[in-house]
Amino acid sequence: MAIVKVLGMETEFGIIIRGSADPNPIAASSTLINAYVAELSRRVAWDFEDESPGRDARGFAREGSMPPEVETHLVNAVLTNGARYYVDHAHPEYSTPECSNVYEVIRYDKAGELILADSIQAASRALPPGQSLVVLKNNSDGKGNSYGTHENYLMDRSVPFSRIVSHVMPHFVSRQIFTGAGKVGSEAPSTGRDPIEFQITQRADFFEEEVGLETTLKRPIVNTRDEPHCDAHKYRRLHVIVGDANMSEVANFLKMGTTALVLSMIEDDWFARANRDFSMQSPVAAMRRVSYDLSLSEPLEMADGRTMTALEMQWEHLDLAKKYSEVVGLDAVGGEDIGQDILRRWEQTLGALESDPMSLAQQLDWVAKYRLIGAYRDRHGLSWQDHKLAAMDLQYHDINPARSLFARLGMERMLDSDEVRRSVSEPPETTRAYFRGKCLQRWASAIAAANWDSVVFDLGGDPLRRVPMMEPLRGTRAHVEELLGSVSSPAELLERLGS
Amino acid sequence: MAEREQIKKSAPARTEETGVEEVPTSNKKGEELKAELDDLLDEIDEVLEENAEEFVRSYVQKGGQ
Repeated sequence: MAIVKVLGMETEFGIIIRGSADPNPIAASSTLINAYVAELSRRVAWDFEDESPGRDARGFAREGSMPPEVETHLVNAVLTNGARYYVDHAHPEYSTPECSNVYEVIRYDKAGELILADSIQAASRALPPGQSLVVLKNNSDGKGNSYGTHENYLMDRSVPFSRIVSHVMPHFVSRQIFTGAGKVGSEAPSTGRDPIEFQITQRADFFEEEVGLETTLKRPIVNTRDEPHCDAHKYRRLHVIVGDANMSEVANFLKMGTTALVLSMIEDDWFARANRDFSMQSPVAAMRRVSYDLSLSEPLEMADGRTMTALEMQWEHLDLAKKYSEVVGLDAVGGEDIGQDILRRWEQTLGALESDPMSLAQQLDWVAKYRLIGAYRDRHGLSWQDHKLAAMDLQYHDINPARSLFARLGMERMLDSDEVRRSVSEPPETTRAYFRGKCLQRWASAIAAANWDSVVFDLGGDPLRRVPMMEPLRGTRAHVEELLGSVSSPAELLERLGS
Repeated sequence: MAEREQIKKSAPARTEETGVEEVPTSNKKGEELKAELDDLLDEIDEVLEENAEEFVRSYVQKGGQ
């Protein structure tokens, strides 16, 4: 049986300082995050002991490939909602806490936008007059530089990695038709076709390999980083780098929900059991062909000689998922109710994409952006190369609600605003993030460091005391609320835990 | 080489089977949406970047994953 898909998302945000002669993005990112954490009671440092981003899921050590860097000298904080907020390379990055279902993970992703917006306000008080920060939740600067939005899915270690690769790749290529955040123009080398005016995704231009460890160059569709942040004998964390950052809650829901479901099916070997295989002849080229095809009619060559469009591939995936739900059930994606919500929304979306994609202007980012920018272009008689349209593309993703074009479009909500605001400071209740967040809320001054799989206490005098959290679904509210309520100090907590 | 086969779109049949509405859950009608978009376009210049060219030129993001 597929294990519960514990979910997380990491977003690198774009950032610039306006009004500065030296728009140093690292300094800007540090200013932003420092200003936010300075307003919190105390900053807790991240503990790097268990970080090994160079480990490869295919079972061999890296050789000749560049290990991702870990920059320990930059700002790094753990928040009371269980999230991590830090400077990664030259970007502010927010990683959601571990979540146990799709609604939860998109809520914490949206809470991240509020944290960034609060940070901009805090930073505005620290910056010299005339300077301000612009922060964008997108994935491209329009000049050939991309930055990632990564998805994480907990998987059973016993599932062969080659099976994951085979069956998730066609989903990654074809899901773009609803996950895409839209982009004016193209940043890929010449395509040998007419200039691309507008495409479905931000990221498709940047993928050059099918499978690999890299994340900053020669990006692969399936990333092999093998760093589970939990019991590595039992679990794998599939690190997905191929997606776009979504402003739309519906698109984000579909991206995380359908992928969690497809990965559960792979764990239960559902594709083989149903005798279905959507392996493609050229998945790397197909990434762009799907992204460039606003008519959703591009025929893609399958390995067995058939051709299918991305939309047809998605219909087939949905069909398989429905049968899976009937035979195996939906426990792995949060239970029957949530699973059926995913299936229903998936079907509605494919139906609308088939009959009239523009009818999804309140649901999908790429449709909303295309419709808005297209209408502006028509009204003012502009060419697709006009700077105004490129600026609108960027401004769609602006984190500042006063500037965000997304915020003006009245897109469909799936989340409750009050719950999103609460999620800025309160952890999820159904994963180990609950223990991490609650400890930080009560005893931040006694916590020397925290990371995904441990909290390290400094009680003064004694050696540091590490509480390991190797099980993502332990340390939940149900597990530890009573314990936390019954102790009055971290020393007492550690004594009760026997650490 | 296997013979190429074009898979037929099976969506309408599937939709009939389940009786699931194809329309997205949004209850706004096309005309209402168009009117809203027109209103937005009327006022959007107030929030758009004043110097679009300079903003686009200065927005450079290196070192991302």
